[in-house]
Amino acid sequence: MSLTRTVFRERWAYLFLLLPLLLFAAFNMLPMAATILLGFADYFPGGQPVWTGLENYAYALSDDLFWKALGITVLYTCGVVPASLLISLFLAYVIFGLKYAWAQVIFKSAFYLPVVTSGAILSLVWLWLFNPARGLLNYVLSFAGMGPYLWTSDPQMALPSLMFMAIMGGHGAAIVLLTAAMGGIPASYYEAARLDGAGPWRQYWKITLPLLRPTLLYLLVTTTIASFQVFTQVLMMTGGGPDYATTTLVYLIYTDAFEYFDFGKAAAEATLLSLSLAGIAVLQYKWLASDVEY
Amino acid sequence: MFPYIFRILLALLAVLTLMPLYWIVVTAFQTPSVVLAFPPSLVPSPASWINFARLFNGSEIGTWMANSLIVTGTVTASNVLLGTLAGYTLAKKVFPGRQTIFWTVISLMFVPSQLTIIPLYALIVKLDWINTYQALIVPALIMPFSIFLMKQFLQTLPTELIEAARMDGCGEWGVFQRVILPLAKPGMGVLAIFTFMGVWNEFLWPLIVINRSSMMTLQIGLNSLQNQYYTDYGLLMAGAAVSAMPMIVFFLVFQPYFVRSITIGAVKG
Repeated sequence: MSLTRTVFRERWAYLFLLLPLLLFAAFNMLPMAATILLGFADYFPGGQPVWTGLENYAYALSDDLFWKALGITVLYTCGVVPASLLISLFLAYVIFGLKYAWAQVIFKSAFYLPVVTSGAILSLVWLWLFNPARGLLNYVLSFAGMGPYLWTSDPQMALPSLMFMAIMGGHGAAIVLLTAAMGGIPASYYEAARLDGAGPWRQYWKITLPLLRPTLLYLLVTTTIASFQVFTQVLMMTGGGPDYATTTLVYLIYTDAFEYFDFGKAAAEATLLSLSLAGIAVLQYKWLASDVEY
Repeated sequence: MFPYIFRILLALLAVLTLMPLYWIVVTAFQTPSVVLAFPPSLVPSPASWINFARLFNGSEIGTWMANSLIVTGTVTASNVLLGTLAGYTLAKKVFPGRQTIFWTVISLMFVPSQLTIIPLYALIVKLDWINTYQALIVPALIMPFSIFLMKQFLQTLPTELIEAARMDGCGEWGVFQRVILPLAKPGMGVLAIFTFMGVWNEFLWPLIVINRSSMMTLQIGLNSLQNQYYTDYGLLMAGAAVSAMPMIVFFLVFQPYFVRSITIGAVKG
């Protein structure tokens, strides 16, 4: 009785939330539930779903291409994320040490520009830079007596090429976050360290880095998740090839769903992908956040 | 000694990072014969607008740009409005179910799009929305992150302000409109930038629900350009330059807000 009265008194709260909640139900929650259900069914658009139990999962997990795509995705992530983070840490350190505020702003903006440029645009220009016959990269390397390389057309080099492109472009947000966090470290810590005779390297190692841990952890989790879902470059630059050398998990899901229209299998794969993403995030927090204080 | 090496390395990495963007401009302004020449010319000489003329004659890039603006503008406005309203409700109102709703929003924030996209596509087909604005706009009208961000932002406002307005005879909508909205502006600006950038650069969803050229957004328009003119780098770079321009101008104008949006956006959890 009193609950209905409270609900009625606070009716405005529900009214304000009504539209968002309806939209979430229709476009987030129901599709999510449907994906999980579809993973247990055989379904092609226009047809009727036929329950097949675990068949899609058995099929996906016994499919060499699924494991290959998982391996490629893991390799890509393990290459891109640590390299990006290390470079971002270095850049943030040097930029933060610049004396003039305008110089800091200019460098931060320079590294942020590729981040506001869409993946489609970057894919176009990198294809051109990677062009084996007339691309800038082979031209520059020819001075060092190297190449010409096939880059994205070579099964051995296609994935490293995509990784190189990702490492070259993705520092803007990390630099902004890291320099902001470095600005929050009290100067007295460094003064005390200096009085104790600690040099710049020791100060960085003993003060800056430990205090950046929450920011680094956040960056680690978000860049890992983003790398795991790499798609635009793969579709536009390699089409998953050559010889499946760049077929990542999301690209595999995309082709299974929207080229072969095997929605059941694609839904099973999407569920597996989501579980792995959740698992990765939990593991990273478990391993690294145990002694992080917020 | 060391700092100088570091600074030289910083400058070098900055140049390397901007190189692809510079290369877009150089190639876009070269005549097709210069583009094909090897070794490549490092500056656009002689500079020419011919690639842009061929681009506008040979593609619907103007339409794609308009489509991107319509979709991104609508989605951004709706997210800012609904996000502020819902964020305010969750931050400042006490009602049964508040915790449940808030945690639902948080969990939805972590659901990867791949987990919803297949049934969502089936739904769009059923609604007969393939190749329409609705397909691009309606599923994105409100995103969980928008509510979360505004809730975090509005939580810091003193509750006394709201009580004082209510004493002065403001109704529920009046409190929102006269007290909350003006104070929420900085947060709304940050959210607008976040949403605008995300929706403008979205690739997978429009790729799936749009296949008619006249309905494409810029990003998938560029993809179709690549499929059609895959060796014509002068024209492709002109397309890249035209598409990159709005976001880069937007970024340079609102640069301080961008910095804030990144740091505020990171206070998840």
